[in-house]
Amino acid sequence: MSTPTTTTRGPQARVAAPQPVSAVVTVAAKSPATYLAHVLALAKRSLIKTWRTPEALIDVTLQPIIFLLMFTYIFGGAITGGSQHEYLQFVLPSMLGIGIAMAGVAIGQNLNADIEKGVFDRFRSLPIGRSAPLVGAVVADVGRYLISCTVTLVTAMALGFRVQTNAVATLAAIGLAVAFALCFCWISVWVGMKVRTPGAVQGSMFLLVLPLSFVSNAYVPTSTMPSWMQPVADANPMSHLASAVRGLMIGGPVTSDLLWTLGWMAVLLVVFVPLALRAYRRRA
Amino acid sequence: MTYAIHAEGLRKRFGTTQALDGVDLAARQGTVLGVLGPNGAGKTTAVRILATLLQPDAGHATVGGYDVQRQPHLVRQTVGLTGQYASVDEDLTGTQNLVLIGRLLNLSARDARARAAELLEWFDLTEAAGRVAKNYSGGMRRRLDLAASLVGRPAVIFLDEPTTGLDPAKREEMWGVVRTLISDGSTVLLTTQYLDEADALADEISVIDHGRVIAHDTPDGLKRVIGGQRIEVRPADPTRLPEVRAVLAEITHAAPETAGRDRLSVAVPDDGAFAPIVARLAADGIAVHELSLHLPSLDEVFLTLTGRRTDDTTEENAA
Repeated sequence: MSTPTTTTRGPQARVAAPQPVSAVVTVAAKSPATYLAHVLALAKRSLIKTWRTPEALIDVTLQPIIFLLMFTYIFGGAITGGSQHEYLQFVLPSMLGIGIAMAGVAIGQNLNADIEKGVFDRFRSLPIGRSAPLVGAVVADVGRYLISCTVTLVTAMALGFRVQTNAVATLAAIGLAVAFALCFCWISVWVGMKVRTPGAVQGSMFLLVLPLSFVSNAYVPTSTMPSWMQPVADANPMSHLASAVRGLMIGGPVTSDLLWTLGWMAVLLVVFVPLALRAYRRRA
Repeated sequence: MTYAIHAEGLRKRFGTTQALDGVDLAARQGTVLGVLGPNGAGKTTAVRILATLLQPDAGHATVGGYDVQRQPHLVRQTVGLTGQYASVDEDLTGTQNLVLIGRLLNLSARDARARAAELLEWFDLTEAAGRVAKNYSGGMRRRLDLAASLVGRPAVIFLDEPTTGLDPAKREEMWGVVRTLISDGSTVLLTTQYLDEADALADEISVIDHGRVIAHDTPDGLKRVIGGQRIEVRPADPTRLPEVRAVLAEITHAAPETAGRDRLSVAVPDDGAFAPIVARLAADGIAVHELSLHLPSLDEVFLTLTGRRTDDTTEENAA
């Protein structure tokens, strides 16, 4: 029989005697500052995950490039009657805005896959705000929006696009699009909490996003649409977002579309954040 | 005596499945309560309710003196949970996993890193600390999972089937870890499908079946009911079975039973009869393929307690 010291290694070797839990976790994590700290820690986790799975970035890297090339060189000439450059000036701002909003669609898919893996059970068993894991994931999504934005702008510049206002207005346009995406993505979060598989999230979001982005003034002037469709397209939040971004980057009236966009953002938050949080709580 | 874990009449239904049908559990402070049962008995559901992940349909439970339904936040500050399936983040390294938990428990960045390093060393994961958990072995993942549940030095620890799927050597290693936790004064609720595991670790055992507690006792008390250990012999030459039967009967003063093909089994109160049997078989020149001393399997426990075998068909729970 060997002596215990020769066979014992690892866990038994060094014991850190657990103290009463109160020694470490003192305050109930209810203050806004601790909540924010938890959200940022969880956002960092999401960013690390994104960094480790670069293939999950295809929708914000290759996809915008392909869309931009397709629209400019296949439809552009036909829509403007010959000038692809003219179309690029028209379409880029809306592509930028809508592209960023579209980047928010993947989050529900990612969360749906994530939540099945058990790590969310651990988050639920910790004394943190219930919504912190979801809000953390949403905050980290800003990284993806900025990638989409950069890729689209750089590609467009290379194709000959030029901003006609100034840097401040352009930054405001990007900020507006990112803020809109942060509100829009809660639809995807909600769907991600409701359906069973990541594929189902993608499928249902596709059905929402496709008409939403095309029945708008983003790619063609709504005056060419049938009369019954025009009011729908004009009321579409994507039209307001596209017009606001276009105004900020190319010039023209901005105020009305900006206010409409902000209004839609508020509606999205008020409706879908509570729905998403409730669905998350029920999915225990 | 105060109970660190106390549950009364817990009921939970998933669709048509009554996962818990009035479960009472109690663990005194600083002890290990073993919850023994087959798949689908309701063990995981009970743990999830006690860890505030699920709401019971009926019943009442306190953990560390806090009500799991009315004071969930305080319960969450008290418990550490290690799931049936290692719930670590596979895309994060060992260190990143533990630091994240530390940050969520309001440790400063420096303290979280120090605590992570301490736990990684304790669980023999220092070398793997910078590697992504996806590439860990099953045993390493379990250890990281357990480490993650200990970051906040919880007073009450839930271990939901901590050794299911581990090979025997890793099981022993995990048992060693659990024993250390106990010696440090934590209260542990351990669910398991193995009587030997509950016997090795628990101060008291609740046997659970179809959402009900069907027996509660100390390991020794339970073994008295279910007949202690068994010696099984399979001679190399089946024609010598009668001789083996005679030897077993003579030494144990009990009637050996046929346990499967060419195999005899006899109940013994302790391991005292084992050495004489080995010596006698050797002296008689009877070669054996198999000779073992073991605790009854879960199946045998259930046969004794309920008169039927476990039906391992239902899922553990629907969630």
